Amino acid sequence: MLNPDSVGRTFEGADSITVTQAEIDAFCAVIGESDTSVAPPTFSIRISLEQSQSILSDPTVGLDWTRVVHGDQKFEIFSPIKGGDSFSCSSTIESYRVAAGNEIVTVRSDLKSGSAIALSSWSTLVVRA
Amino acid sequence: MIEVGTALPEHVFKVNRALLKAYADASGDQNPIHQNEEFALSVGLPNVIAHGMLTMALVGKYVTDWAGGSSKVIHYGARFIKPVIVPANTDVDLTVSATISAVDQGLITLDLTATSAGVKVLGMAKAVVKK
Repeated sequence: MLNPDSVGRTFEGADSITVTQAEIDAFCAVIGESDTSVAPPTFSIRISLEQSQSILSDPTVGLDWTRVVHGDQKFEIFSPIKGGDSFSCSSTIESYRVAAGNEIVTVRSDLKSGSAIALSSWSTLVVRA
Repeated sequence: MIEVGTALPEHVFKVNRALLKAYADASGDQNPIHQNEEFALSVGLPNVIAHGMLTMALVGKYVTDWAGGSSKVIHYGARFIKPVIVPANTDVDLTVSATISAVDQGLITLDLTATSAGVKVLGMAKAVVKK
């Protein structure tokens, strides 16, 4: 079970993640996108889900990642990601509830370039009972 | 015409096991339920299922093709209501369509529909794009 004290907390993730053009190219290739000048709208999941996993699996937070199912996903893109961009990452546990034994957690992940947020995403994760 | 109620042309994406492997490598999500049939069955799934985020990436491609590029999208969200089931040696259809639900201040909202094997796989799927 998730430690209730962690709800509302913001966890600082990587100080600096640099997106390579090769990563964008590979993602574009899978979906058949020929314009690789900016990343596709869902590309940032590559960064945010890994960040969320490392935060939520921390023993002080206590989520059982092996039973996680993705419930929903949302992106707000303020500035499209380009190859060579560097970001700092943070994740906030925005809400938590238990329904029919399933734990339902919403995590917001922010990618910042300096002090400006380039992209925020919200992942609702369901830990199956 | 870009006006509320306009339906956009449908597009069908083909999803198969090779695409799931390629998406796993490109996204870093190597969960075996998306690659290993034996494992998927052992956790109670009907077969290997596509990553929800692959479905969302393909529907995103539909949006950006219509909108004129990835940089046009400012909001995109969806709920994963049913999996896209991907048996071995099969191309599964992912059928995507959209209706314009709002046009406001240079922004267009699309209500998106995605189905596979006749089943709706995304719920409340919406994108907001710049004109």
